[in-house]
Amino acid sequence: MNKNPLSLQLKAEDFLPASQEEKQGLVVMRDSVSFWKDSLRRLVKNKVAMVSLAVIVIIMFFSFVVPAFYPYSYEQQQKGAENLRPMTYSQAEQERIAAGEKITPHFLGTDKLGRDYAVRIMVGSRISLTVGLVAAGIILIIGALYGSIAAFFGGWVDIIMMRIVDIIYTIPDVLLIVLISIAIRVPLENLANAPGMRWLSTVGPNLVSIFIVFALLYWVGMARIVRSQVLVLRESEYVTAARALGAGNGRIIRKHLLTNCIGTLIVTTTLQIPSSIFTESYLSFLGLGVAVPLPSLGSLASSAINGMNTYPYLLIAPSVLISLIILSFNLFGDGLRDAFDPKLKK
Amino acid sequence: MSKYILKRLLMAVLTVFVVATLTFFLMNAVPGGPYEAEKSISPQAKAALEAKFGLDQPLFQQYLTYLKNILHGDFGPSLKQRGRTVIDIILTKFPVSAKVGIISVLVSLIVGIPVGCVAAMNRGKASDSTIIVIATIGIAVPSFVVCSLSMYFFGVKLRWLPTVGLTSWKNYIMPVFSLSFYPTTYIVRLMRSAMLDVLGQDYMRTAKAKGVSRMASLFRHALRNAVLPVVTYLGPMMAYTLTGSFIVEKVFTIPGLGGEFVSSISNRDYMMIMGTTIFLATLMVFINFVVDIVYKFIDPRIKLK
Repeated sequence: MNKNPLSLQLKAEDFLPASQEEKQGLVVMRDSVSFWKDSLRRLVKNKVAMVSLAVIVIIMFFSFVVPAFYPYSYEQQQKGAENLRPMTYSQAEQERIAAGEKITPHFLGTDKLGRDYAVRIMVGSRISLTVGLVAAGIILIIGALYGSIAAFFGGWVDIIMMRIVDIIYTIPDVLLIVLISIAIRVPLENLANAPGMRWLSTVGPNLVSIFIVFALLYWVGMARIVRSQVLVLRESEYVTAARALGAGNGRIIRKHLLTNCIGTLIVTTTLQIPSSIFTESYLSFLGLGVAVPLPSLGSLASSAINGMNTYPYLLIAPSVLISLIILSFNLFGDGLRDAFDPKLKK
Repeated sequence: MSKYILKRLLMAVLTVFVVATLTFFLMNAVPGGPYEAEKSISPQAKAALEAKFGLDQPLFQQYLTYLKNILHGDFGPSLKQRGRTVIDIILTKFPVSAKVGIISVLVSLIVGIPVGCVAAMNRGKASDSTIIVIATIGIAVPSFVVCSLSMYFFGVKLRWLPTVGLTSWKNYIMPVFSLSFYPTTYIVRLMRSAMLDVLGQDYMRTAKAKGVSRMASLFRHALRNAVLPVVTYLGPMMAYTLTGSFIVEKVFTIPGLGGEFVSSISNRDYMMIMGTTIFLATLMVFINFVVDIVYKFIDPRIKLK
């Protein structure tokens, strides 16, 4: 054939379909990294956040799993074992040990009613964690829906809804919690006596009122954040496209707007957990928390104050633990924020 | 400007009204109503109460009477402390709380702002890391923990400071420390990030290029801009100090309004609870109102809506 390199004569084999290998060789793109993978990678790299997560997991294990297997229960009062120091045994227990029995030591001693303090602390942190998680869930649902509805419809709907938020925002929360817990104490006690509502009296009306107040008041911060996000998102093309394809308002809010601010939702929810725990421990310390004999870290610290001279560990243990829980959630939340939205990092 | 102030004022009044209404109806949901003392009330006093609050009238009428009384600063008599009115108790107890509270707020500002600046200016150095670590931990520690642990270590263990009452200046140290701990650490973080932000601005470089000395540019340009976020925090900080006083006054047995409120809750002195709630709520709303207005005045960049 013609060997002239400048010839424009075409070769027939150049037009054959490419083989599979040739096709692979031309792909220069890596596997696409999804939003979740990308965030997770950043999160795993963040040492502080991972350590906090480990601490949270350990505390959760001790508060939700261990009490079920623990030889003592949080309300079991042992006669003769009152006010034991850590790792000591009562008279009766010493005799049983002498008789060859194996007895779990009281790692943190016992309180003045002879209840094992270690298990009380574990159950107490279970209360704190439950309050934090449940409250965050309530706040997430109400706040996200409210904020997105206000922003999505805009106009006078938005104005009225956000004025309500403004008012709720300025109501002093602690005062209202106190009022509500006083007001609903008796109705809830009556309700607790009704069949099928036994759990209410275990949990205590105060705790229920805390949840009610969280549901009534605390979602406003979340609503504001979600609103500001949705205000931006609703102008985007994919919302217009979805609308053009005939999607209804509910579907657009659920499938497009809320899913696109999921990072913010996760971060705000996580950071809501420690602040709910904070409030719960504060109220328990004032005696407005869970009902006795159920312990909470706040009420444990509160009742240990009077005996702090002789039994300081009864005060120090719950105090340190509650601070540790709040600290880990704060740091983990910060880590999540950096992972989901690196732009926000300061 | 005046339109903005008026709007804010209306919001504040509306909020106080909402709180007063909520308080009234929530307290009336208590079986027996808020005017029912457990037992110790005499028939004459009861008759006087009934006449005063119109208890024989329908609920809505009672509500109007109650609102009218509040507007006149009349919160009714205390049910537990015989012969004293709620407003009388509030007026004698509140100055004590206010004194501790104001000192705490000042301490937080005086400590928090410079420490935050120092951290920002030494960014990445050991002093900065130390400050950040302390501030991060500080935000996580609830006030009751600071209270009780400082009471244990300094009051009981070391016996350096008195633990009860408010008789000498030494008595103020621990309550003020406990109340200002959280706000201080918060301000440090706020101030540090604001300062870092400002230090990277163009006008700081311009000032340096003009030959303005480091100190002068720091005070004249950086600090004035960086302190703005702290001003917005003033409102929440005051609210925190007020609610924090419940705990602090309970632990250190300070004869203030916070401790009084806590004991009225456990005594079920409903008149006292209602009165104190409305008083404190009004105070908080008013403080927030003032802070908002002040903020708009000192930061001209914010557009008035």
